[in-house]
Amino acid sequence: MKKAVLFLEDGTSFYGTSLNTYGESAGEVVFNTALSGYQEVLTDPSYAGQIVVMTYPLIGNYGVNEEDVESDKIHVKGFVVKEFCRTYSNFRANKSIIEYLDAGKIMGMEGVDTRALTRHLRLSGAMKGLISTEDFDPKSLKAKLAKVPSMDGADWVKEVAPRKAYVWKAAGERKYKVVVMDCGIKRNILREMALLGIESHVVPPSTSSADILSMKPDGIFLSSGPGDPAAVTYVIETVRALIGKLPIFGICLGNQMIGLALGGKTYKLKFGHHGANHPVKDLENNRISITSQNHGFCVDLNSLDQDEVEAIHINLNDRSVEGLRHRKYPLFSVQYHPEASPGPNDAKYLFGKFIEMIEKHRR
Amino acid sequence: MPKRTDIKKILLIGSGPIVIGQACEFDYSGTQACKALREEGYEIVLVNSNPATIMTDPETAPHTYIEPLSVEFVTKIIAQERPDAILPTLGGQTGLNLAVELFEKGVLKQYGVEMLGANYEVIKKAEDRKQFKQACLSIGLDLPKSSFAYSLEEARKVVQEIGFPCIIRSSFTLGGTGGSIVYGREEFDAKAKRGIESSMISEILIEESIEGWKEFELEVMRDKKDNVVIVCSIENLDPMGVHTGDSITVAPAQTLTDREYQMMRDQSLKLIREIGVETGGSNIQFAVHPKNGRMVVIEMNPRVSRSSALASKATGFPIAKFAAKLAVGYSLDEIQNDITRETPASFEPTIDYCVIKIPRFTFEKFPEAKDVLGVQMKSVGETMAIGRTFKEALQKGLRGLEIHHIGLDNKMDYRIVDDEKMMQRLREPNASRIFYIKYALQKGMSIDDLVEVTRIDKWFLAQMKQIVDFERLLLEEFAKTGKLSEASLRKAKEWGFSDPQLAEIMNVSESDVRELRKQMGIVATFKLVDTCAAEFEAYTPYFYSTYETEDEAIIQNEKTSRLKGGAKRSKIMILGGGPNRIGQGIEFDYCCCHAAFSLKERGYETIMVNSNPETVSTDYDTSDRLYFEPLTFEDVMNILDVEQPDGVIVQFGGQTPLNLARRLHQAGAPIIGTSVDSIDIAENRERFSVLMNELNIAQPANGTASSVQETVEAASKVGYPVVVRPSYVLGGRAMRIVYDEESLMGFVDEVADVSRGHPILIDKFIEDAMEVDVDAICDGSKVFVAGIMEHIENAGIHSGDSACVLPPPTLSEDMIAEIKDSTKRIALALKVIGLLNIQFAIKGEKVFVLEVNPRASRTVPFVSKAIGIPLAKMAARIMAGEKLSGFKLPDVDHLPQFAVKECVLPFTRFMGVDIILGPEMKSTGEVMGLAPSFGAAYAKSQIAAGQALPLKGSVFISVNENDKRAIPFMAKRLQDFGFKIFATKGTAKVLRSAGVVATVVDKTGEGENNILSLIERSEIQLIINTPSGKKSQSDMRQIRAAAIMHNIPCITTVQGASAAVHGIESMLKEGFTVESLQSYYSRTKSA
Repeated sequence: MKKAVLFLEDGTSFYGTSLNTYGESAGEVVFNTALSGYQEVLTDPSYAGQIVVMTYPLIGNYGVNEEDVESDKIHVKGFVVKEFCRTYSNFRANKSIIEYLDAGKIMGMEGVDTRALTRHLRLSGAMKGLISTEDFDPKSLKAKLAKVPSMDGADWVKEVAPRKAYVWKAAGERKYKVVVMDCGIKRNILREMALLGIESHVVPPSTSSADILSMKPDGIFLSSGPGDPAAVTYVIETVRALIGKLPIFGICLGNQMIGLALGGKTYKLKFGHHGANHPVKDLENNRISITSQNHGFCVDLNSLDQDEVEAIHINLNDRSVEGLRHRKYPLFSVQYHPEASPGPNDAKYLFGKFIEMIEKHRR
Repeated sequence: MPKRTDIKKILLIGSGPIVIGQACEFDYSGTQACKALREEGYEIVLVNSNPATIMTDPETAPHTYIEPLSVEFVTKIIAQERPDAILPTLGGQTGLNLAVELFEKGVLKQYGVEMLGANYEVIKKAEDRKQFKQACLSIGLDLPKSSFAYSLEEARKVVQEIGFPCIIRSSFTLGGTGGSIVYGREEFDAKAKRGIESSMISEILIEESIEGWKEFELEVMRDKKDNVVIVCSIENLDPMGVHTGDSITVAPAQTLTDREYQMMRDQSLKLIREIGVETGGSNIQFAVHPKNGRMVVIEMNPRVSRSSALASKATGFPIAKFAAKLAVGYSLDEIQNDITRETPASFEPTIDYCVIKIPRFTFEKFPEAKDVLGVQMKSVGETMAIGRTFKEALQKGLRGLEIHHIGLDNKMDYRIVDDEKMMQRLREPNASRIFYIKYALQKGMSIDDLVEVTRIDKWFLAQMKQIVDFERLLLEEFAKTGKLSEASLRKAKEWGFSDPQLAEIMNVSESDVRELRKQMGIVATFKLVDTCAAEFEAYTPYFYSTYETEDEAIIQNEKTSRLKGGAKRSKIMILGGGPNRIGQGIEFDYCCCHAAFSLKERGYETIMVNSNPETVSTDYDTSDRLYFEPLTFEDVMNILDVEQPDGVIVQFGGQTPLNLARRLHQAGAPIIGTSVDSIDIAENRERFSVLMNELNIAQPANGTASSVQETVEAASKVGYPVVVRPSYVLGGRAMRIVYDEESLMGFVDEVADVSRGHPILIDKFIEDAMEVDVDAICDGSKVFVAGIMEHIENAGIHSGDSACVLPPPTLSEDMIAEIKDSTKRIALALKVIGLLNIQFAIKGEKVFVLEVNPRASRTVPFVSKAIGIPLAKMAARIMAGEKLSGFKLPDVDHLPQFAVKECVLPFTRFMGVDIILGPEMKSTGEVMGLAPSFGAAYAKSQIAAGQALPLKGSVFISVNENDKRAIPFMAKRLQDFGFKIFATKGTAKVLRSAGVVATVVDKTGEGENNILSLIERSEIQLIINTPSGKKSQSDMRQIRAAAIMHNIPCITTVQGASAAVHGIESMLKEGFTVESLQSYYSRTKSA
């Protein structure tokens, strides 16, 4: 354990103590307001390239376990909290978060006034930051940080996407075959779809539309993932070619891909939505779901042809667009995470809606 | 959905007197609901029997009824007011049960009153254990194994299947009354029987014991559109087996993974939908097996509860306010979150701190009651603390409890703690278990062993161990280097160590520690409670202290002054009363709220400091700025440093702030109102006696002592019987009447202990004297005597435990004039600015002053409601510099109504406790009876207190020599009303000679023919017994115990007897009328 600094792009420093991984690590600094679910957050590929600050001060209370993982490794660039828990307690836990982060060689930092840091990010916006246990000189830290690429325009998908295709079996009898474009998917999406009888044929994002169509799936799923959606032009192209051909459901990055493929634009939110308590209204059934959120970019509705596309989900906190539907084609998507994990299960019904769309299209 | 326009007038039922299990949290919720509904333009009819509530302020609702919470009275109110709807979910279990009764008796249907929020079927489904179980099973929720029984035989059969240990719960009760854990057959029968008896429908549930499982609670809200949100999750430190009201609890849940938490959340959503709570808040309790994670539902309250108040304070999300708005048709997304102003209420609060609630017990008041916690609630109050870590919150909470602990401290040196006793205190849940855990850790007991013994989750124990280990490091560091490094001190503060704790470690004074850390730049910073973990800007200034880098109180202060264009308002800080306890409860919170309301109105910026989550004072709406902090010198000074107020009010929060007054004053705090020196004169017996002599006002003979020896000497000098008590305490703590040296010796150590260095006071006890309480306001030059209350019980019973009446029905005009004159002279001599309370004793024609309290008294809300003037508001303004001449005052000598205050006692909670009333206060709450005649007011107060006077049956009379002249007339009246009279020999003789037919019975002794066996056989409906002397006192004790056990009214003075006779007469002849405060006041003349 060493003294550590989190140095931000705007010159602000926050001090704390490192865990047992020393050195330096940089990324975009974002805060997450969920009270539970740190293991899911750590393993969510969408956090690639980011340093995550947890607003809840006590992290690690229930340890970590073998099951609550969203991918095969930790993706965050750094993890900043008020206090890491030494002695965890939960019947499923098998190690402490400290052991977990150390094993993954992830820079963890504690003892930070995370509320002050969160307020700072809220007021100044998400920005690049660098955690260091070696260098405390603002000048040299600033120089190092200048070399770190910005999240804007960065393709992080290629860092986390699978190299090879694989199949995720249905939980029982296979009822549907869906091709999943994996840009950094959370496993719970695959688990939820499996529960509904979907066999997921997961393909790398570089897979061509022709190859996908040749697999003759019942539907296509566009996954969540990290980074700036506008930078992942190859996926946007593929999606554009698929729209209208088969039922499509997209989550998070998938939603942004659809927006971009339909000719729209995305913009960067000031500090993003990362948490498990945002109210989203489904305009089709007027239901409000408390949702799991994790995105820094948002689709600009005005950039889309609204005769073709409509917003069907709205975030009630900031009225931002949280979901799209195509007026003609079997296509819908949400910006938030109906698969929860972590977060409420309120929006799980959307997977059922995907099935309905597939069924309807089959007939 | 917009609000409903088809309803205009809504009836709200309060929760009545403060009792264990139902405290001022329902004043908080009811008041919020009133405010919210009035904002929407609804006309509110409010009924509550408890005058010490903000909800019964005539400003809170346009039609306020202080009437008994019974079907009879509420029916009259409904008939008179004709409300369109009733909101039953905000008045605790009392309000809910009453609404159910009104429905069942057809009253609601007869008058066309609709139930809002939760209808009859919903309430039944949630509250009736059978229906509840069925509902849970139908949606696939797991429950502990259980079965119902309606008789002892049935119960025995059921338990054969379920096995021991099992839990017996009775349906339809308050706060777990009648519930208990049964370990074996030998105790089963008695407990099953008691459970069946205390259920309103004679039903008990016998359940698989899940004792030792982890306990959780979720606060859930639902609207008409079926949107559901979870406001807060709470995890109990004490595992299943301890009533949740008696458990230390923590928010949010600490040891659930997201997957388990979401499962609990999903189940809660399903359950609230299945039960069908239409709108509003509910709480659902769960138990989780620590080893395998099995999750079972325990119970659900389809109403706002104690934990919803806690959840509201813990998150900033005002559950009751929103519940009221949902009840009239709004949906969650149509309500704005006040704190962020831009986001809707349809979200789930997230927090960036740790909240802990610690219950406050008063076992010291009931020495015979065993300090063991179980499924029946015993705590009388609670404190809440907020910190950035659990460790900080825990230590803040423990010092905020005001039980002379300064954190997780070393009040007892662990090296002298007996191992056997320690193990027993660890095993059996009790009020001080948390400290025994510390001793055990200090002795080197392992966490695993502690888990085994206490069944408290490892996480909590490990957190405590961190505190213990760190304390040891600090001691070592100090021993080695003679100081503590800046890093160590900072960490200690971050982990909640108080300055006094550090002072002990460093062997210096508290102020030295404060000085040292300030030099090092280690100062408290304040953070906002904002419902959203800083994701949005917050506008509501609700703060807690911690040791971090950024101070948001300073930021907010700058923002406020910027918004106001730099104009600076005078700031006044009000110190609250901390956790409720017997002797210091809602009355003082009421006064603090009033101070905030009136000063806000007068343009001051008000700052509230308090640590009690049940209260209205800790509603972020009450003051301009709220600091949720322990009321210790250190914590208050930290706020003073940041806020720099122009005035500090210490006289409204009871003894708590008063005890801080001297030190705050010395530290430069601008205390306003009566000076600290005057407070000292009133408390310091010698200085007080000098003053009384100067004023030529009689006092009982008295003396002071600072040791056991001096106490004995003083007592014999004054002459027995004497009243012995410590100074600087409230509620008559450790106060006793002793008749001889022998009994004094048995008690004096306790007094010395409670005194904590302050002198012990010894007063001559004046036997058979009448007691009078006076509340007055003084502005330094003028005095307004607001209320003279005649006690119905004789002097010697704590004023908080005796009934009293205003205006005084039996005092002569001369006597009243003398009392007023003395009050005025004392107030002026003490240079009182603000409130003043004096207790007088009257023996024959002579008036003695017993006690002077230059502060708000427990009776301030009662007097305010009786005379129609908000005294605390007035006093606050006077403290801020206004004069009495600026107020319109009522003619309190010619009031159109009588007001009777009666107390409510907790004896049924403490089995085996000797039921006697004396100078140590034991009541938890009070009710008020208001009527144009004294008799009717008295009768109402008795009904409201749950001790209705009988209209027929038998009366037992036994009076002392002095009262034998007065009693025949009353007995005659009772006989004329149709009562049969029983009397002791001497009394019977007097009665017979006056033509009353009286059957002779013995007071005590063997045989069938004594009063105790008559009571036992329910053959007596009323007892009139005026005792005198020591022997009679002890007989009385038994009779009174029997009376309370059998809920028979027992009257101990002729004044009381006369009141009862008047009451019975008015009930028989006129019946009752109900009238709103607003209507009474319209007939009050001004002075």
